[in-house]
Amino acid sequence: MEREELLKKVKSIVADKLNIGEEQITENASFTQDLGADSLDTVELVMALEDEFGLNIPDDEAEKLNTVGKALDYILEHYKGK
Amino acid sequence: MIFTNRVSLVTGASQGIGEAIAEELGREGATVVLVDVQKDKLEQVASRLAGLGIRALPYEADVTDSTRAAQVVDEVVDTLGRLDHLVNNAGITRDSLLLRMKEEDWDLVLRVNLKGAFNFSRAALKPMFTARYGRIVNIASVVGQMGNFGQTNYAASKAGLIGFSKSLAREVAARGITVNCVAPGYIATPMTDKLPEEVKKAFLDIIPMKRFGLPVEVARAVKFLCSDEASYITGQVINVNGGMYM
Ligand SMILES: NC(=O)c1ccc[n+]([C@@H]2O[C@H](COP(=O)([O-])OP(=O)(O)OC[C@H]3O[C@@H](n4cnc5c(N)ncnc54)[C@H](O)[C@@H]3O)[C@@H](O)[C@H]2O)c1
Repeated sequence: MEREELLKKVKSIVADKLNIGEEQITENASFTQDLGADSLDTVELVMALEDEFGLNIPDDEAEKLNTVGKALDYILEHYKGK
Repeated sequence: MIFTNRVSLVTGASQGIGEAIAEELGREGATVVLVDVQKDKLEQVASRLAGLGIRALPYEADVTDSTRAAQVVDEVVDTLGRLDHLVNNAGITRDSLLLRMKEEDWDLVLRVNLKGAFNFSRAALKPMFTARYGRIVNIASVVGQMGNFGQTNYAASKAGLIGFSKSLAREVAARGITVNCVAPGYIATPMTDKLPEEVKKAFLDIIPMKRFGLPVEVARAVKFLCSDEASYITGQVINVNGGMYM
């Protein structure tokens, strides 16, 4: 999957979960500092990404995915599907 | 019927209070998922409920097994599409004075009564989070509030369940999920049948209503907490004990 295509998908998931506009969601945006996610939102986001991309993200890895870009990197590296 | 299209999972559902809870929720239209270790009884209860027109699905599972808990919840969500209510009811006693209590009896009671609720709550929260709706009811006990001679392990597990419920209630409140406890007093079930007559009599003496409770009387409180009537109630303990503890 292309990064651009992935960014689009991730944007729509993040916008939905955090209830924010997609225009705020850039690669550099930090989930907690820029997008207003609290600790529960973060857990939910990870769960949603796992579901969408058929991944199983271990907790210690999940903790490092604090920006949209880092989440993209992780998914691109681990996503094997379709 | 208030639970049409809802799905309820009840642990320890093959007899006693759990069976009554499954029936009570099922009578309101919920599809009930019955979890227990007693396979044969589980099947019997499922067919008895089916006879009442209730859709009841038996799942043989040990609540202490976290992998199995996740598997059961996944299967339920895959086949039924949702999970609205979780009732952590499976519980055991292994009574003895602390001085004589075997370490394995301490561990087993905490594993079933407390960790069992952790296992199923953690698994059930995923679909509840996604749905932004859920009801978790944990069956505690008056013994978790008053203490009881010979039941240090059981009392610790039930008091633990109350602290667990209050903490989880805070964590998930903003997601439309409530977590409460029902704390029964002395209820006539297979668990209490095995007590000696003099112990039963001593209990009757301290129950203002002068009778033991019925499983259905506990089940009705669970039904209330699962209903939309209880939408603003979370982190609470409802005592169903005939006034034994106030
Ligand atoms: N009966 C009472 O007076 C009373 C009072 C207060 C609280 N409670 C609580 O209510 C709940 C139900 O009690 P009851 O009186 O119906 O007891 P019970 O012994 O009649 O039923 C408990 C059920 O849990 C099942 N179970 C036990 N260990 C399990 C495990 N590891 N995995 C899955 N299922 C398991 C048993 O097979 C049984 O079907 C318990 O949590 C109990 O502590 C009962």
